[in-house]
Amino acid sequence: MTVNHNQFFFDHYGLTNHDLERYLAAALSAGGDYADLYFEYLSSTSLMVDESMVKSAAQGISAGCGIRVISGERTGYAYTDDLSSERILRAARTAALIASGPAKTPKMGFAEKAARSLYPVTLPSVDAEITAKVELVMRGDSTARAYDPRIKEVRASYADELRNILVVGSDGTFAEDSQPLARMNVSTIAKAEKNSGRGSSGGGGRVALDFFFGEKTPEYFAREAARQAILQLDAQEAPAGEMEVVLGPGWPGVLLHEAVGHGLEADFNRKQTSAFAGLIGKRVASEKCTVVDNGTMPWRRGSLNVDDEGNSTRETVLIENGILKGYLSDKLSARLMGMANTGNGRRESYEDIPMPRMTNTYMLAGQDDPQDIIRSVKHGVYAVNFGGGQVDITNGKFVFAASEAYMIEDGKVTAPIKGATLIGNGPDVLTRVSMVGNDLKLDEGVGTCGKDGQAVPVGVGIPTIKVDRLTVGGTARKDPGGFMQ
Amino acid sequence: MVKNTNMPEIQTESPSQQMETDLRELAQDIVRRAIAGGATAAECVVREGDEFSTLVRMGQVETLKESGSKSIGVRVFNGQRTASTHSSDFSRAGLDRMVKSALELSRITSEDPFAGIPEASQLGSLSGDLDLYYSDVYSLPGQERIAYARRAEKAALEVDPRLKNSDGGSFDAATGHKILANSHGFVGEYRRSYCSVAAVPIAQAENGAMQRDYWFSVARSLSKLESPEQVGKIAAQRTLRRLGGRKVKTAQVPIIFDPLVATSILEHIFEGVNGDSVYRGASFLAGKLGEKIAGDLVTIIDDGTMVGGFGTSPFDGEGIPTRRTVVVENGVLKSYLLNTYTAKKLGLQTTANASRGLAGTPGIGPGNYFLQAGAKTPQQIIGDVKEGLYVTEFLGHGANLVTGDYSRGASGLWISGGELTFPVEEITVAGNLKDMFFNISEIGNDLEFRGAVASPTLRIDGLTVGGE
Repeated sequence: MTVNHNQFFFDHYGLTNHDLERYLAAALSAGGDYADLYFEYLSSTSLMVDESMVKSAAQGISAGCGIRVISGERTGYAYTDDLSSERILRAARTAALIASGPAKTPKMGFAEKAARSLYPVTLPSVDAEITAKVELVMRGDSTARAYDPRIKEVRASYADELRNILVVGSDGTFAEDSQPLARMNVSTIAKAEKNSGRGSSGGGGRVALDFFFGEKTPEYFAREAARQAILQLDAQEAPAGEMEVVLGPGWPGVLLHEAVGHGLEADFNRKQTSAFAGLIGKRVASEKCTVVDNGTMPWRRGSLNVDDEGNSTRETVLIENGILKGYLSDKLSARLMGMANTGNGRRESYEDIPMPRMTNTYMLAGQDDPQDIIRSVKHGVYAVNFGGGQVDITNGKFVFAASEAYMIEDGKVTAPIKGATLIGNGPDVLTRVSMVGNDLKLDEGVGTCGKDGQAVPVGVGIPTIKVDRLTVGGTARKDPGGFMQ
Repeated sequence: MVKNTNMPEIQTESPSQQMETDLRELAQDIVRRAIAGGATAAECVVREGDEFSTLVRMGQVETLKESGSKSIGVRVFNGQRTASTHSSDFSRAGLDRMVKSALELSRITSEDPFAGIPEASQLGSLSGDLDLYYSDVYSLPGQERIAYARRAEKAALEVDPRLKNSDGGSFDAATGHKILANSHGFVGEYRRSYCSVAAVPIAQAENGAMQRDYWFSVARSLSKLESPEQVGKIAAQRTLRRLGGRKVKTAQVPIIFDPLVATSILEHIFEGVNGDSVYRGASFLAGKLGEKIAGDLVTIIDDGTMVGGFGTSPFDGEGIPTRRTVVVENGVLKSYLLNTYTAKKLGLQTTANASRGLAGTPGIGPGNYFLQAGAKTPQQIIGDVKEGLYVTEFLGHGANLVTGDYSRGASGLWISGGELTFPVEEITVAGNLKDMFFNISEIGNDLEFRGAVASPTLRIDGLTVGGE
């Protein structure tokens, strides 16, 4: 069937279904198995307040089309930032060269995806009054400064974008989406006589501007950023070595993203380069652990109505009661591995080849009372805020850096400690999770994941959990007498 | 990353001199339009580029990518207020909207007494050939580019039967063209080229445990690129030596950092002397000018003028000729690295380190930034260590520039009796940046540029290795 539209690219660039079929035919002119076109129009705004002045304000527009041709396991890719027929056809013929054979004909007509609406904003924030955004950053600045006289520096920033996409494939795929994304952030520096500290807090999602005037205000982020910086003034040296670690709820879910999430992306498993390759059906976590990736959560930063290959996103169970259940796939890996497409094909922009990527990745709530979890620890670390993390998916080693953490002594949370990196082994760290709290929380909406140089927004979440043994990378010796081997 | 409009596979109109002149004219025209629209000063940047990349895995082509793009950005001043806009739409309407939006946006920003473009007398461009552009990066026919990638992977996998899998061999090429114009009448442009070949083999031990590592060569000219075979062999050796990695007990031991990881330690000093962190007091090096911040051995240079360098350009992101700056001399902090804004804030002169993206205010970026080499070979430095750690890879980014707290994941090899012994992994390295640079006790003679930032092998004492 032929779809009728009034949608973005048809309106703005005069595209027709006939054009799309012509471009796909050019892409398959050397005989590829599959071709798709990804049209993108991105508009963005950013503002930054430093020293209580709006020092930077920027707006931008970026538009283009990426053309992919798949032939067996081979991918040819070309893009253009000029959306004229001539340039798109030229890019299509360049991408086509990955294949060598007689021309193939794309399926005629397109099947449009049933519309879903996970982020139904009436006025996208990029089109909202700039003065309202200025108000947000100025309020963030003044709240953080008023929190404590030891807060000496504050930076408050706000950024939003609206990404209009159209994906069409030679298999009849046709999907459009309009993806808003907004984020605000406050960072602080505290100074006392001898010590200094820094704090950072932010959040957002695929939300309209009113989110920051109601649900999560600049004051909320500013107080949190200021609290963290002040707390760090009194932080003691972090311990070094293996110990019990309790992770607080929310953003510490970055553990799951690094320790298991990347290792379960299907491309690494297709190539057998992941430490998780061949472990489907095997135990990779304690039975208290169930981990999912869910791209369908309304308003969330990691959510998408359709992925960047035009497939509906979904909820995928990765680990169920400790048993590895599945991988996150895109079109190419689903086809080559003979598995279901989980709608995780994502890309940073029209210049990039899509890959399997996470959306919102989290662990389901358990039965334990978070207070009981802390009480159960004799000597360990309670980590509640983190910076980023990284993983080597081949040997499974991963790190994530605690930015706010405390010692636990005899079941009680005691002194704050300095930031420290935690390091572990992905395929077995979750087998040491002995308690899972009933307090699942998702992060505030700040995560950006990098893979092969491509950045995409993601979410993470976790309830309070206890890991019986994890290496903490501080400077204070756990055992003052200890020495290497 | 830069991109491609020059597609050797299909004959198209070549980007002629005419085109260059057009972009130069365009940048100046945008500046004129901004001033005509009421801006008190304006600056325009145009960037165009092309890219080619191919990845071959297990002998088969996995991806081929070839494309180009261009984009334009404008920064306007409305007295002491500033704003910027950018676009990939070069149509008359698109450019009009970009200029108009910037002028409107500049009304909502704050009066900042230090905002502004450089003085006219500061502007200019280094003369002479800086050896930055070679069209030969695109000279190989398509099949030979693929062959480069394939040869690198093959050479790696041939080294040892335990190298059973691979993340591939790759060949990349790119060229970039940048034009900058401002309302003092400055207009400058330059082109740079780049090509690289890399291999990422995977080794498997008998128990099934896998390790991956990589090696690469990068050059401005294809003629200066190391052979794919050489790159593949080194990648294989780096991967094989990781097999059987294990944890060690928590300890304080001397640590030797190989040049690639030492580079990232050197970058912490760069971040620490970055004027933007300094004026905000967000750096452990703020207020330390003229003071000792490192051991006597340590001399660090930033030089944007080195012929053929990866960090070389004839002018910085604000149109000021690049220069050579001694950052640290025998452990004494001699200079911060600054752009016009941060220099004014600190009452100093710019060091021509402005870096200009398309959007926002200029940041600060390195020229060719390096630690001066010492006399000993890496082997001699390792040979002096009784028990210690040789770090070959970091995982994560655990450095706090405000407090100096430093804690990162690492892997490498254990040193015993002056020899590299077994591989070590799943450990952390921690300390404080304020002390670390005083504790640099050896610097190797192996300075080599594989990017804009380079360091020889380093020995640092007093750090904590976190393990069992």
